[in-house]
Parts: sequence; structure tokens; C-alpha cells
Amino acid sequence: MDLAFFLIQLLNGLQYGLLLFLVASGLTLIFGIMGIINLAHGSFYMLGAYLAWSLASMTNSLVAAIALGVVLTVLLGIALEWLLIRHFYERDHLYQVLLTYGLILVFEEMRSVIWGDDVHGVPVPDLLAYSIPLTENLSYPVYRLVISAVCLLLALAMYLLIARTCLGMMIRAGSSNREMAQSLGINIKLVYMLIFALGVALAGFAGMINAPLSSVFPNMGGGVLIICFVVVVIGGIGSVKGAMVASLLIGLAETFGQVLVPEVAGMIVYLLMAAVLVWRPEGLFRKL
Amino acid sequence: MAEALLAARGLHTYYGASHILNGVDFAVGRGECIGLMGRNGMGKTTLLRSMLGLVRPRQGSVEVRGRDMTRAAPHAIARAGIAFVPEGRGIFPNLTVRENLVMAARPGVDGRREWGYERVLATFPRLGERLDNGGAQLSGGEQQMLTIGRALMTNPDLLILDEATEGLAPLIAREIWNIIRGIRASGIATVIVDKNYGAVLGLADRCVVLVKGCVVFTGTPGQLADNEEMMQRYLGV
Ligand SMILES: Nc1ncnc2c1ncn2[C@@H]1O[C@H](COP(=O)(O)OP(=O)(O)OP(=O)(O)O)[C@@H](O)[C@H]1O
Ligand SMILES: [Mg+2]
Repeated sequence: MDLAFFLIQLLNGLQYGLLLFLVASGLTLIFGIMGIINLAHGSFYMLGAYLAWSLASMTNSLVAAIALGVVLTVLLGIALEWLLIRHFYERDHLYQVLLTYGLILVFEEMRSVIWGDDVHGVPVPDLLAYSIPLTENLSYPVYRLVISAVCLLLALAMYLLIARTCLGMMIRAGSSNREMAQSLGINIKLVYMLIFALGVALAGFAGMINAPLSSVFPNMGGGVLIICFVVVVIGGIGSVKGAMVASLLIGLAETFGQVLVPEVAGMIVYLLMAAVLVWRPEGLFRKL
Repeated sequence: MAEALLAARGLHTYYGASHILNGVDFAVGRGECIGLMGRNGMGKTTLLRSMLGLVRPRQGSVEVRGRDMTRAAPHAIARAGIAFVPEGRGIFPNLTVRENLVMAARPGVDGRREWGYERVLATFPRLGERLDNGGAQLSGGEQQMLTIGRALMTNPDLLILDEATEGLAPLIAREIWNIIRGIRASGIATVIVDKNYGAVLGLADRCVVLVKGCVVFTGTPGQLADNEEMMQRYLGV
């Protein structure tokens, strides 16, 4: 493997990992802080991709599609939390699994009714549709670099939100002692609603920006959901930092696995998870 | 007594099938200091939690400033001017000392800003030395100071202290009592639950004794101290 090829795999692995982080960070917050097992999280990724495709074909601009799509996913998150999720905080995980599994079916059916069952491609915006040459016959697409940069910026913004802002303090306080946070005047239901909406929007956004790379197809949320649960378990439930580390680990492991040991590539993430859990049963990091 | 700051009427609270509060009436007026007393397991904490919206009473009502808040969310009750220092403290270990204080900052119900970050640190100079420590790195006494300081950051009209000196070394406990005395003198109403009956009797305007979820005595500390049966049978003194 020469250097340029290695570099390409490395960038691909990081880009994939950063994308996973967007989906997994919301999943880990919703699971770790609100106590909700959200199987529908992959559906938000799928919805994001379809929104990007359909809005981009209407507006002829991926950027406009994403802006609109983010607004819609935030609203969807708020509505879902208000209508359904908040009635399940006190319930057993089994009820949550049933509810959110039901949501997957509902979202897939809605997708089928609204957008049909075809596979679609989303063009990379003209401005970013070129590649940086690395060697004579290898080059790297700029769009992937841009995605990685956007993901990194979002990760930084999330870090600042949680570590430096008032809302972040409330989220952390609520995650360590919910009753005490409430007794200090924090409206924990509102905080939860914001976390859920943030999680939905991040997953949707990941689907939107990745649409030009992955194409848009039915049930595309399923695979992402499973990988993201692996990320959450490896990183430690409720830890955003852990989600970041685990996402990058898995992104790199899967990317390099596919080129180096293609025979077992499908198992690599699970082997990684097993190894981490043997070493640290609680995952790499603790809750916020 | 004028309109009560906090008033409970006929509270019945259950944990599952066990009937913990048996029709409790309880009221705190402005600036009043109430000693809530009773042996272990008599329902003191349950009464406080029922009034704070942390457990739902099955029957009865809770009013804050004359407004019915029986079914209100705990944060709404807190925002009506009631601060709580719970049993076992309740600092946030994953927040620094500074964050523990800042996250609670808010003006009082009438817009008062008597208590702020500076004044809390002046009252608890030890906390000033530990601002960047995580809440869990503090000693028991410091944690208790942090919880009280944090409660004051909300500029409450009523401060509820559940076992604030429990498990503290005598010297630290004395420091906490001095601070509670100062808080009381500043005009903030207080409800104090504490095993140190002497200190409670010395501080309270009124004492309430709970036995198995019923109020068996309400009166001044003097009346309670003179009532030998009450002191022996129900408080074990
Ligand atoms: N979460 C709970 N579930 C079931 N029973 C409980 C619970 N909390 C308290 N109890 C029971 O309710 C009764 C009253 O408890 P409570 O904590 O109100 O008493 P207390 O007067 O505050 O006692 P202490 O002095 O020990 O703090 C006790 O018998 C206790 O065992
Ligand atoms: Mg108690």
C-alpha cells in the first residue's frame, strides 16, 4: 500500500467516522441522559437523505435543501418528543423499543408513500464537484473534505454547547441528578425536548450531507442505526466524547478492514466492540 | 399569620401500597423558621418532597403564595421562590464548584438579587478556593456549603434544609448552623429538619412533630421543650 493510497483510506475512514459521530452523538445523549432507547434514530438519517434529495431537486440547491431540511427535522423532533417520547420516560425500555420500532415502520411507509421505493442519486454541488490530485492517477474529492470539516465544526460546537453554555450545564446537571436539577428551577422536560430535537436534527443532517456520496434508498437507516449503537456502547452510554472516539475508531477499522482483510470486514466492528467490552465493560468514557 | 408562603392541606402520600403521610397540614409564613421534627422514618422527607412536587400526594393540596400548585412541576414550585437542600446533599459531581453555583443563579420572585456569586463566595470562603474542582472532590462539609450556597443563588423566599448537618464533624456542623442562623436573620423563611434537636429548638419560631405521617404537635420551641411526653415518646430525648 503506497502512501497516497493509505492517505485516501485514512481520509475516507475519518470522514465516515465523523459522519457516524453526528448520528451517534444524538443517540448516546437520548439514551444516556433521557433514558430512551431510540430505534428510530436511523430513520431520521434516512429522512434527512430523502429530504435532501427531494428538496434539492425542487430548489436546485443542496445548500438550500439542507437549510430547509434542518428546520423540518428540528420541528419533527419537537413534535415527536411532545406527542410520543415524553410519555415513555418513566416506562420500561421494552415499551420504548416497541414504540420506536413502530416508528421505523411508520417512517418507512411514509417514505414509500411520499417518495416511492426507488434509489436516487443527489449530485454534488457544482462548486465542490472536483478532486484534488494526489498522484498521477489518484485524487481525492473535495466534497468529502468539506463534509469532514463540517462534521468537525459541528463536533466543536457540540463540545462548546455542553462544556461552556448554560444549557450545557443544565444538561449535565440533569444527567447526574434529575430531581435536584428540577428543584433548582430547571425545566427538565424542556431540556429533554431540546436534546431530542438536536439528536433528530443531527441524524437528519448527517443523512443530508452524505446523500451525494451514499445515494438515497429505502431502509438506508437500518445499517447506520446498528453501527451507531455499537458506537454508543463502545464510547460509553451518554458520553459525547466517547461517541467521538468510538466513531473514529469504527470509521477507520471498517475502512481499512475492507481493503486489508476484506474476508472479515463485516465482522470487524463487532470484534472491536467485543474487545473493548472485555477490557472496559462500561465503554471507554463515562456519561457527560 | 398572613398569607402563607407555602401551605399543605390534608396531604396523603403513598409509596406503592404503603401509606406514608396521613393527612398532614403544614404551613410556613414569610420569614418564619420552622423545625420539622420526628424520629427516623416518620415521614419528614416525604412531606418535604410532596410539597416540592417530587412525589405526588394522592390527596390534599399544596399552595405556594396562595396559588394552588398541587400538580405543578418541581421546577415551577422552585421558581415560585422555594429552594431545597436535600438529604444526602445533591451536588452535581460532574460540574465544577463554579458551575454548580452559576447554573442555579436567578433573581428572586420579586426580582431581588440579594444573593449572587460574590456574596455566596463571601459567605463560604472555602468554596472560593475550590472553584475549579469537580463537585465530587469536596469534603462533606464543603459539599454541604456548596448545596446551601447554590440554593441561595436562586434568591429564595423559603429555604428547606433536610438534614443539612448530617454526618459532619462537630466543628463543621457548627459552622453550618451559624450560616443557617445568618440566613434566617436575613429574612428568608426556613424549614429545618435535623437530628440536632437542641440546635433546632434554639433557632425555630415554631416546631412541628410528625409521627407516622401525622402531625402530633405544633407549637413554640418552649412549649415543645416543656412537653416531656412529646420529647420522650416522639423524639426520644
Ligand atoms: N422511595 C421509597 N419507597 C418506599 N418507601 C419509602 C421510600 N422513601 C421512604 N420510604 C418509607 O417511607 C417512610 C417515611 O420515610 P421518610 O424518608 O419520609 O422519613 P424521614 O422522617 O425523613 O426519616 P429520616 O429521619 O430517616 O430521614 C419510611 O418508612 C421509609 O421507609
Ligand atoms: Mg428524611
